[in-house]
Amino acid sequence: MKRTILYFVTMITLALGACSKKDDVAPDFKEENLAPFSIEFDNIVGDRTFSLNNTGSPYTNAAGEKFTISRLQYFISNIKLTTVSGQTYTVPQDSSYFMIRGDDRASRFTKVKVPEGDYTKVSFVIGVDSLRSTMPVDKRKGVLDPAAGDHQTDGMYWGWNSGYIFLKFEGNSPVVSDDANGDPTGKKQFKYHIGFFGGYSAPTINNIKTVTIDLNAAGIAKVRKNRQSNVHLFVDIMKVFNGKNSFKIAENPNVMFGAFSSLIAENYTAMFTHDHTEN
Amino acid sequence: MNSRHLTVIFLLGLFILACKKDGLVMEKAERWLGFKKPANFPEPVYKLANNPVTREGFELGRALFYEPRLSRDNTIACGSCHIQSSAFTQHGHDVSHGIEDRLGTRNSPPIMNLAWNKAFMWGGGVYDLDLQPITPITAHEEMDESLANIYAKLQAMPKYRAMFKAAFGSEEIGTVPFMKALSQFMVMCISSNSKYDKVMRKEAGASFTALEQEGYMLFKEKCASCHSEPLFTDGSFRNNGLGIGPINDQGLYPATLKETDLYRFKVPSLRNLSYTGPYMHDGRFLTLNGVLEHYNAEVQDTPNLDPRLKRDGVLGIRLSSDDKMKLTAFLSTLNDTEFINNKLLAEQ
Repeated sequence: MKRTILYFVTMITLALGACSKKDDVAPDFKEENLAPFSIEFDNIVGDRTFSLNNTGSPYTNAAGEKFTISRLQYFISNIKLTTVSGQTYTVPQDSSYFMIRGDDRASRFTKVKVPEGDYTKVSFVIGVDSLRSTMPVDKRKGVLDPAAGDHQTDGMYWGWNSGYIFLKFEGNSPVVSDDANGDPTGKKQFKYHIGFFGGYSAPTINNIKTVTIDLNAAGIAKVRKNRQSNVHLFVDIMKVFNGKNSFKIAENPNVMFGAFSSLIAENYTAMFTHDHTEN
Repeated sequence: MNSRHLTVIFLLGLFILACKKDGLVMEKAERWLGFKKPANFPEPVYKLANNPVTREGFELGRALFYEPRLSRDNTIACGSCHIQSSAFTQHGHDVSHGIEDRLGTRNSPPIMNLAWNKAFMWGGGVYDLDLQPITPITAHEEMDESLANIYAKLQAMPKYRAMFKAAFGSEEIGTVPFMKALSQFMVMCISSNSKYDKVMRKEAGASFTALEQEGYMLFKEKCASCHSEPLFTDGSFRNNGLGIGPINDQGLYPATLKETDLYRFKVPSLRNLSYTGPYMHDGRFLTLNGVLEHYNAEVQDTPNLDPRLKRDGVLGIRLSSDDKMKLTAFLSTLNDTEFINNKLLAEQ
């Protein structure tokens, strides 16, 4: 009896296996069966493409303020995927930290390895999780190295208040005042440095945001060894100003440490839309 | 029985001393004691298992500590504001003095018993010794340099390539070996041989004078709840009632943004007070007497004043001139001349 069952099961499995090859049904989910996968963070600004320092044709936010962008950098980390049938895969943390830079087009892909499969959901953290933010210096390699970048320009590490800047967004707008509230150097610069992971011991502001994207509508990710599956997201930087907590540059030209940073973090959580998937 | 034991120990001690004197140079070259917890200290907070102190690592850390290339214009080393003879503070300076004569806003704290610290800086914000050096290195008014530039400067020097190789197995200079080396030097800056320590460890012949003993009793009654033994700080952040200074330094608040942290500063250790003046986060008191008088009569009821400084509606801690004399006598037993003269910790 048992043998018969075993026989049947084997036959069915074989049959299914045969089918899957023909119709490209998702292969069995095996954690060790890794294939290339990426999410593309394609920055845009409202209805327009992203460009740095385009003083000839500045952008305009919902408040009617004209602005240009001089720097855009943000961390994407802790990538996680879910298959059609609900299996989840979390990319090993050590290979799951990326910095997307507006001045480096190549940085827009977060290239990882995940098991072959059909994925309907991806999620990621904007910023650096609290656990990694408190890890010893040995666990801060690559984009997490406090020495990466210059602290006065493109650095993403806060030395005096140990932690990472999750999103650094700087630019210029004629609405920025020349006083201490704006830019006393007269360069009309605005600066948004959003960080805060929740504190080492006592709880502080926590601006770590997790974004989950459903891929069903614009195309699921079919990850296979012989191709590069790429989930192409549009990242609308305009949402920093025009999100649910919309604000004026003139009123808040510098946001770094303070409760207002949490409103901006809520805004940028809505930057991401799934445009299509390249399989 | 007891006295016989003592005699044996005494004789053994003499024997060891004699040996040491004979082969001092040999001993120095061959033996590396590494990090040793003083008998009267608790277990360290610093995770030594993640960064065991080796002779090579310590020597590299020491070289880096005294290396002016850590500042942008190669003029200021860590050791410039943390001078050993002042128990690794900058004696005579109320606030730290950086490159191009720039002035900071806070008094440079001693590099002393840092392995027992769970938070760094007067205003907190840093909780891992391995990440602390980033703050003074990158601060505009201190060393104003980037880590990457430092690594490039050191990488060009055969001396450092060899030292990094010897300490960490690779000539490549980066954040991990750089920070670990500095920590290895800093955790070795242990002050534990003051008269107080010798009395507590019941070392031969060590005892308080009557005045010191009375001061010790007063200290336990009036000071020890924050400046707890044996480190003489409980490592907490408190508002000790200083009048708010002209720059309105808000202490721990900017790091946590919690109203309850306004004007709280790290409780400093009372060890080596004779060498570490001026006192307080902004160096406002030039003498110990000024500090004691603050607690006696100048405590102000600013937000988050520590409740210990406002008991039954009375501000401060009453100290008569007799009390002050006794306390001063006791506090001077916390001076550690071995620490400030330890050749191992000096620039070589």
